[in-house]
Amino acid sequence: MKQYAYYPGCSLESLAKDYQLSALEVSRALGLEMREIEDWNCCGATAYFPVDELLAYTLVARNLAIAEKTGLTDFVAPCSACFKNAYYTNAYLKKDPDLADHVNFALEEDNLHIAGIMNVRHLIEVILEDVGLEEIRKRIAHPLKGLRIAPYYGCQILRPRKDHEEVENPRYFEDLLSAIGAEPLEYASKTRCCGASLIITNRKAALEMVRILLKEAIDRGADVIATTCPMCNVNLQVYQSQVNREFGTEYSIPVMYFTQLMGMALGIASHRLGVAREPVPKAREAVTA
Amino acid sequence: MTAELSFSNEIINMMYATHGNPISLCLQCGTCSGTCPAVEFMDHTPRAIIGMIRENLKEEVLASNTYWTCASCYHCTVRCPAGIDIADMMYVLKRYSIWKRSYKEGLIGPDFAEAFVKMVVNSGKSYEPILATTYLPRFTAAQLVQEALTATGLVLKGKMPLLPKKIRRLKNFQRMVKRIIPLGEAS
Ligand code: SF4
Ligand code: SF4
Repeated sequence: MKQYAYYPGCSLESLAKDYQLSALEVSRALGLEMREIEDWNCCGATAYFPVDELLAYTLVARNLAIAEKTGLTDFVAPCSACFKNAYYTNAYLKKDPDLADHVNFALEEDNLHIAGIMNVRHLIEVILEDVGLEEIRKRIAHPLKGLRIAPYYGCQILRPRKDHEEVENPRYFEDLLSAIGAEPLEYASKTRCCGASLIITNRKAALEMVRILLKEAIDRGADVIATTCPMCNVNLQVYQSQVNREFGTEYSIPVMYFTQLMGMALGIASHRLGVAREPVPKAREAVTA
Repeated sequence: MTAELSFSNEIINMMYATHGNPISLCLQCGTCSGTCPAVEFMDHTPRAIIGMIRENLKEEVLASNTYWTCASCYHCTVRCPAGIDIADMMYVLKRYSIWKRSYKEGLIGPDFAEAFVKMVVNSGKSYEPILATTYLPRFTAAQLVQEALTATGLVLKGKMPLLPKKIRRLKNFQRMVKRIIPLGEAS
């Protein structure tokens, strides 16, 4: 079993417990051992950067430094915002020795030191690259036949661009959904922002952004929207009722983590994926059919 | 009298650490504004804000809600033909306005950002219900009812933990933060 330094992030301990459950179940089923790093702290999501840039880097660097101590090579985050923060902090510190010195000076207080040697990856990337579509296909017990899924990538997993990869029309999420037997839809809004923390700081703007995403998914006949990030998942799911109230719509579409869908296809019991709590009759039908 | 740095140079200096090109290269093409999913809620488009910075319109920029309406989605950044990291510039403007303690009245963003940092400095972790205290007082009665329904739903679904978590080496952690910003100044 390949081992990974796993950083769940704060959402997976609270609002996104279902993501935590399903991420760990699916990883185990696929032979990926996620070892949670010890005593990690909040990475700041999008909220530290407005206040102090150096502090923002230091808080993220502490987690990376703890991961470096494990001797493992890969730092894995299931949350897109955590992933983006860790990826760029790691890259910037490696590029900028002066910045690294400042950060390491602060890290001394916790007997830590960052060298910038971790390979920072999002969970979906690990599943796609280290397991691969072919192997996933082989392990599918209950293909999600006929389940129409809108693959929602969101922002932070794609942007800013890391290398020269495709950020306008990525396809890997669709490929993964096909591999588990589902029907991925062409979803033009798939990389459009869900509003992120504007849901708190500018509710009106965020609800409009969520409305656009829900509308397209529903217009295209999606049974479910699949996400790779707790922030997107909460905005799209929890705030549906507020969208309906604000715009007089009657949207009601389940929103699930890609790991919950994968888990169902792998034959893992839904309560172990945190699915029992979600209104997903269509997804269950697909599995039991 | 010492020559004061112009507002546009201040912002350009603060953007030195970001990873895109300087805003002096902006073509004013409007791609960023056309891309932005939040533009209709902004007082000025991203393109206009850049123009205003270059014109040194400091007061107008500080009075604008534009950067506090930015969701940090980086869509503008990946599309800008001049290679400017507009999303990072929005962060710079947020920092500048917090630093100057000058922002448009009624915005939740500045309080939220500071409350978030304070919360993390206190516990090492983030926890939604604590953050709620920064925005709930600004809600209308109808919004509060909606929020209560949403929150109750979350508790019923077992999604909301009852108590905030803390990291174990909190003392070390707080000393670490102190080496960056003297505690108290961040709050
Ligand atoms: S897209 Fe770039 S060049 Fe065009 S207006 Fe925006 S910042 Fe300027
Ligand atoms: S990063 Fe901000 S300014 Fe740029 S497109 Fe997204 S919301 Fe608009």
